[in-house]
Amino acid sequence: MQMPESSARILADKAKIVARLRKILPEESVIDNPVETKAYECDALAAYRCPPLAVVLPASTDETAAVLKACFEMGVPVVPRGAGTSLAGGALPTADSIILGVAKLTDVLEIDYDNRFIRVEAGRTNLSVTGAVETNGFFYAPDPSSQLACAIAGNIAMNSGGAHCLKYGVTTNNLLGVTMVTMEGEILEIGGAHLDSAGYDLLGLICGSEGQLGVVTEATLRILAKPEGARPVLIGFDSNVVAGACVSDIIRAGVLPVAIEFMDRPVIRAAENFTHAGYPDVEALLIIEVEGSEAEIKEQLDTIIKIARKHNPVELRESGSPEESATIWKGRKAAFGAMGQINDYMCLDGTIPVSQLPKVLRRITELSEQYGLDVGNVFHAGDGNMHPLILYDANKPGDLEKCEDMGADILKLCVEVGGCLTGEHGVGVEKRELMHVQYNEADLDIQMAVKDVFDPEWLLNPAKVFPLDASAERRA
Amino acid sequence: MRPDTEAELAELVKTASGPIEIIGGGTRKLGEHVEGVPLLTGGLSGITLYEPEALTLVAKAGTPLAEINALLAKNNQRLPFEPLDYRALQGSAGEPTIGGAVATNASGPRRISAGACRDSLIGVRFVDGMGRIIKNGGRVMKNVTGYDLVKLLAGSHGTLGILTEVSFKLLPAALATATVLVAEDETTAATTMARALGSPYDISGAGHIAGTTALRLEGLEGSVAYRSEALAALLSGKVGDFDWRALCDVQAFAGFEGDVWRFSVPPSQGPVLGAALRKLGAIDIIYDWAGGLVWALSPDGLDLRPALESGHGTVVRGTATPRFHPEPAPVAALASALRARFDPRGILNPGRMG
Repeated sequence: MQMPESSARILADKAKIVARLRKILPEESVIDNPVETKAYECDALAAYRCPPLAVVLPASTDETAAVLKACFEMGVPVVPRGAGTSLAGGALPTADSIILGVAKLTDVLEIDYDNRFIRVEAGRTNLSVTGAVETNGFFYAPDPSSQLACAIAGNIAMNSGGAHCLKYGVTTNNLLGVTMVTMEGEILEIGGAHLDSAGYDLLGLICGSEGQLGVVTEATLRILAKPEGARPVLIGFDSNVVAGACVSDIIRAGVLPVAIEFMDRPVIRAAENFTHAGYPDVEALLIIEVEGSEAEIKEQLDTIIKIARKHNPVELRESGSPEESATIWKGRKAAFGAMGQINDYMCLDGTIPVSQLPKVLRRITELSEQYGLDVGNVFHAGDGNMHPLILYDANKPGDLEKCEDMGADILKLCVEVGGCLTGEHGVGVEKRELMHVQYNEADLDIQMAVKDVFDPEWLLNPAKVFPLDASAERRA
Repeated sequence: MRPDTEAELAELVKTASGPIEIIGGGTRKLGEHVEGVPLLTGGLSGITLYEPEALTLVAKAGTPLAEINALLAKNNQRLPFEPLDYRALQGSAGEPTIGGAVATNASGPRRISAGACRDSLIGVRFVDGMGRIIKNGGRVMKNVTGYDLVKLLAGSHGTLGILTEVSFKLLPAALATATVLVAEDETTAATTMARALGSPYDISGAGHIAGTTALRLEGLEGSVAYRSEALAALLSGKVGDFDWRALCDVQAFAGFEGDVWRFSVPPSQGPVLGAALRKLGAIDIIYDWAGGLVWALSPDGLDLRPALESGHGTVVRGTATPRFHPEPAPVAALASALRARFDPRGILNPGRMG
């Protein structure tokens, strides 16, 4: 993975740049000590690291605007950072960039149950948004697995999803408005407590733009009334193909579960060894969750179980209590950690049309043999979002590169069968060079033209999303 | 001009010497008048891909909505956003197309639960103002690969590009539907609808018309029976019949003279806005989206926007201007800069959005 060469001018001007930032922000909000900036050298894609020139932590929208305006005037690149949980390197700095962290922006600004929204500062964590409204019976639907740590700002930047998006959609479907500061320091209000835009849907454009169009400091989020209850059923099959067919039949029957999770044998074994959730040793395991009142849950589960039985499952276990539900989910929720016990891993998130699942799994097995690297698959089966986990040894020279090559082959396969490179993690630096596989020159050019409009100097998170050769002229 | 293929369409745009007015079914008369050579999209018609088990449909932009609805109905599925049909309200004729629904982001009562057209739209192909064929998004429902131009194109009224193909996430059709009715006047309707949406009963439609508040429940049979009874008890209402299609399409204003306005506001503001609109001279008001969507019938040419505290208002029939709600200067500047990038010659539906 390459990053553009740092600007010698900016590196030489460090003292001057930091001094100007200190005039804008309180002393403790500007960090330039190399020991402390090291904490910002990477996000959750920890294979790549580079300490930034400095870190700023503004405590308000106005401070954010002042910082961005100063950086714009000095021609210094800015990399916005939520909680640093990006798996795609979205918050990876360059040596000549300022990290703008939203960690001090965590307040709840307004809760309105009649209009079903919450307005928060964007540094607030995903889970604490639900935490602010759950005693009144409401919740914020998008639930990325990092929800304990990840910030709403990052969720908006990456248009984060989660396990329950089959029913509730992803971030963009639950975002009503933002306060956003442009690179030039202009404060924009987009959207609000009403639905849809009077003109172009700029909110939809901003969501998922990976911090390249502006820095979101406040967000108005849709909150929903909590269902009365939820319950999972666990179904094991001795074939991936049969498990896939079972999912298809359930969807065709008109049932819409809130989650359909799929795990293959390597992940099932790792999760079982790690958590002792009582998973059967099978080829494919489905966890299907439905919501509603007791009677509704029963009605849906009866339909699902009837369909599943036609496919001769090896095991079928309906949860009978909250404890059993927790046990069924325990292994799935710990799956990544369990794989991490075995070795270092790289987690991809390409999406495929669900009809292509058997073909894609077969091909991944072949690639695994070809590269000599083990792979486990966790999969949001309802929406086609795969999560192949490729195991490698970071201490073994060449293993990371081999793993990246194999990852690229899997993502190319996802595109080839009609899917995409990334379903919820974002492009960042990780999949930047693969954008050519999914989009041609015109497709990329018009996206970059959007960035030209919001950030004409290409100072905001410039080395991300677009292949470096495609964006070179614009970044120069 | 009536191209039969995307490539032909692209060539027509590339070689165009002046403004083009894009026409799908010609049933949605929205925005300002456009002076331009008509370009009909009806030649780009047909469903290119339908995978019921993946809840996915891809269709060419000129495909009649009726054709899509018929195919989906056969498989007990549907477009989630319940696109509204303007024919009765605007007195227009023709067959609405899927491209027209996308270009206008047409969304009905189910907007409050299943989202707008833009929320179900997962991919587009379009021809920009330079005649380039562009794709964005795809046919899978989770996709964050690059910028989301899909949302940008939805509701852009043909001013950023000419849609050639659109992809959707679908939903299973409801196996059962019930409506809970509450007899009340509009001053208390927003509170009733807020209570319903604050309940766990999963409401898929909430409107108020002529002294009746209506709340729709959809899903499996047993579930709908349970929820409608529970909701009726909660609101002291009763289960009854209601014409959701008529509410969706604002059919109540169809036979009457006058301008029709469409306002989007925070739901609890609906009746407040309604009262202010009546004070300004509005003749009748209908509420959808739990109060968040306010339709007003008013005498010709009257400016109703001064009644608005937040949100926006659009003229969908009649003589009042401007038809689109004016945006704050910084947002308007971004919109016009985007238009200049997508259509540098300013030939695609110029002036449609003001």
